[in-house]
Amino acid sequence: MGSVIRIVLQRLALGLLTLLIVSAVIFGAVNLLPGDFAQAVLGQSATPEAVAAIRTQLGLDQPLPVRYAQWLWDAARGDLGVSFAQANFASFTGRVDPSATVLAQIGPRFANTMFLAGVTAAIAVPLAVGLGILAALWRDTAFDKGANIATLSSISSPEFFVAYILILLFAVVNPVLPSLSNIFPGMSFGERLEKTLLPALTLTLVVTAHMMRMTRAAILNLMAQPYIEMARLKGMRPLRVIWRHALPNALAPIVNVVALNLAYLVTGVVVVEVVFVYPGIGQLFVDSVKLRDIPVVQACCLIFAAAYILLNLTADILSIISNPRLRHPK
Amino acid sequence: MLPQISRRGLLRSGAAAGLLSVTGLPLRAQSRGGTLRLGLAGANTSDSWDGRTHSDTYMIVTAYGAVFDCLTEIAANGELVGELATSWESTPDAKTWTFDLREGVTFHNGQPFTADDVIASLKLHLDEDAKSAARPIVAPITEMKKLGDHQVQFTLEAGNADFPFLMSDYHLLMYPHQNVEEAIAQGIGTGLYKVESFDPGVRTLLSRVDGHYKDGKAGWFDQIEVIAINDGSARMTALMTGQVDAVNNVEFQVEPLLKANPQLALNEVTGNQHYTFPMLTDLSPMDNVTVRRALKHAVRREEMVEKILMGHGAVANDHPIGPANQYYHADLEQNDYDPEKAKALLKEAGLDGLSIDLSVSEAAFAGAIDAGLLYQASARDCGIDINVVQEPADGYWSNVWIKKPWCASYWSGRVTEDWMFTLGYETGAAWNDTHWENERFQTLLKEARAELDSDKRRDMYHEMQALCSKEGATAIPMYANFVDGYNIKLGHPEVVGNVFDLDSNRICERWWMA
Repeated sequence: MGSVIRIVLQRLALGLLTLLIVSAVIFGAVNLLPGDFAQAVLGQSATPEAVAAIRTQLGLDQPLPVRYAQWLWDAARGDLGVSFAQANFASFTGRVDPSATVLAQIGPRFANTMFLAGVTAAIAVPLAVGLGILAALWRDTAFDKGANIATLSSISSPEFFVAYILILLFAVVNPVLPSLSNIFPGMSFGERLEKTLLPALTLTLVVTAHMMRMTRAAILNLMAQPYIEMARLKGMRPLRVIWRHALPNALAPIVNVVALNLAYLVTGVVVVEVVFVYPGIGQLFVDSVKLRDIPVVQACCLIFAAAYILLNLTADILSIISNPRLRHPK
Repeated sequence: MLPQISRRGLLRSGAAAGLLSVTGLPLRAQSRGGTLRLGLAGANTSDSWDGRTHSDTYMIVTAYGAVFDCLTEIAANGELVGELATSWESTPDAKTWTFDLREGVTFHNGQPFTADDVIASLKLHLDEDAKSAARPIVAPITEMKKLGDHQVQFTLEAGNADFPFLMSDYHLLMYPHQNVEEAIAQGIGTGLYKVESFDPGVRTLLSRVDGHYKDGKAGWFDQIEVIAINDGSARMTALMTGQVDAVNNVEFQVEPLLKANPQLALNEVTGNQHYTFPMLTDLSPMDNVTVRRALKHAVRREEMVEKILMGHGAVANDHPIGPANQYYHADLEQNDYDPEKAKALLKEAGLDGLSIDLSVSEAAFAGAIDAGLLYQASARDCGIDINVVQEPADGYWSNVWIKKPWCASYWSGRVTEDWMFTLGYETGAAWNDTHWENERFQTLLKEARAELDSDKRRDMYHEMQALCSKEGATAIPMYANFVDGYNIKLGHPEVVGNVFDLDSNRICERWWMA
């Protein structure tokens, strides 16, 4: 077990380094884009004086490394700052709203995104793994081919296209689900679930193929092994062979691909959120990039990167735990 | 097409009633009740109830159009009526204005509305580093005097006949003076609707106040739900599937679908919004008025309205005053497409041909790149070689507009002629995007501003429009309509405002559940 803890610590340290690099790259990249917050927020009404006033007030007139160092120093102490939009607004009223920090702004959005990811995962993971097992069981049958064609065509279509098809089917032709997913605080869980269902189904269609194919491949890989043959020879039913003998050994690759797709559910939902007007972190991220609102962009990127790092780490740990040879190394 | 005729012109001719009922459906009586659900573009996570920051439809409809009031209001027919002011008068030089305020009005928190509130609310726009877009309106006020609890007097540094008109501007919202900050934070106004919940950039819920001075005249809905839907397709889907009752900014491509649905209708008005191609007059060859005139005759305006706006607009005449303005010159001689004339003008300027760059980007207006290409095609037959340069949308307004010799741009227009001209055409104005200077224009601008006689003003503004059209440096090929979509279960007044979209942004007050 000691080795697992060592690996976890090692990976967490590497993760922190990754976050540092990601933050530097994003900071540089956003600053490479033409225009800055002052120009973006003022738009057509950007007089040189107004632009200069906003830049001075937000410290955008400081050199890039100084601004990055300042941000990093604050971030290291858990202070992700105030979004430029809020800071700029505060200059109108002359007072900074203490609740208007980046964290306060991202918090509810992130919770919404996690809710959508959760609903999607609750549908997609059992569906994909189940389909994968059945496809392996009934290999090369009509079912196997049908499931492959269906999932591959849904993953090959752009997300917004899948979304519009679902809207057409379930909101326009058979109006059973709402096309607007504008969830807000104070909604009951049932209402929330109903509003979240269409985007969750869209994401399900997008992520299922990958997980299902990996499950199928991992199981089929093992089916030629002598111990499976042995199990068959002793008269075990095929499903039970897969369940008892193949699946436990195929868990590592399956868990890995599931983790990858869960991370995608957190970071890749931008398009789906826009199509369904879902108030999640993806929409906030797009708005902030448009506005060059660096504090918010940085915070979103850190969340995205952390989601990938943590989920990958979880996957690795789970595969170690699921594999006795890794669990008890000689 | 209808929108080319000014609404006021129609009213005068008496033909308004039949033509202006937008849908052609029988009008239904107003009645109280129901929830209006709006799906609006133009929402941001940084939105607030601070009128100084308002610039986009979402906040203007909810703040100016429902929660707050101004001193004056532009009625749907273009007439100026009192909102929180009941009457106003000026000295003959239009320098001193006295407003009588409505009595018995209370804010949503119970405080009474008085002259102090007016003074405090207007002063908000004067803050040293305030970036209020309405600062140019308030800055010329040299003194604000409270004559009584319900009377206030303004002294201006120079006469301005439009002053009461300017008081209807959507930035100039009235807040309670004792607690302005709280009012801005929570949205406490005197409007027909009070704030129930406000989630910036996501959703706003408003409810009707009991007992309001507009009772019986406006405010028919019990509740208003304003949902932020910035994505065009999502907005249309929400309208199609009945999840919202009205949307702004209908995308022209999906209009046939909307028309095919018998439950939906379009509300389309031509206002003052116009698309422009400003030329910097301090650079050769645009410094030559003859060359500029040649360029104005080198564009097929009807084709642009047809192909860029899909017909949702009207031909413009190289001046920025639109059909929603009071003194719009509808009979001005039209600058039309005329290759022979353009060639002759170029020859007059001593040029055999002309080769020139036109900077465009979708940031200027939707379809600006295509508009540039159409300009290029029509100018080719006039001996003018336009090189269309695609600029990045990011930073367009900072790096291209008023920087490159010729570019694409737009103006949403202003409610008064003086405001529009002062902002974009006066010598030395920050947004005079052509650096055009004209002595006669300057003189007229100053004179007309202080002139109280309506007929004299009309003559002056007509002459100024003619000056822009003939000698100005901006090619303005088209007015772009405001196009809203709505469910026919909504009822609306016979005449719908055309200053902005959604009944001049007052749909919450003026429309009802039929």
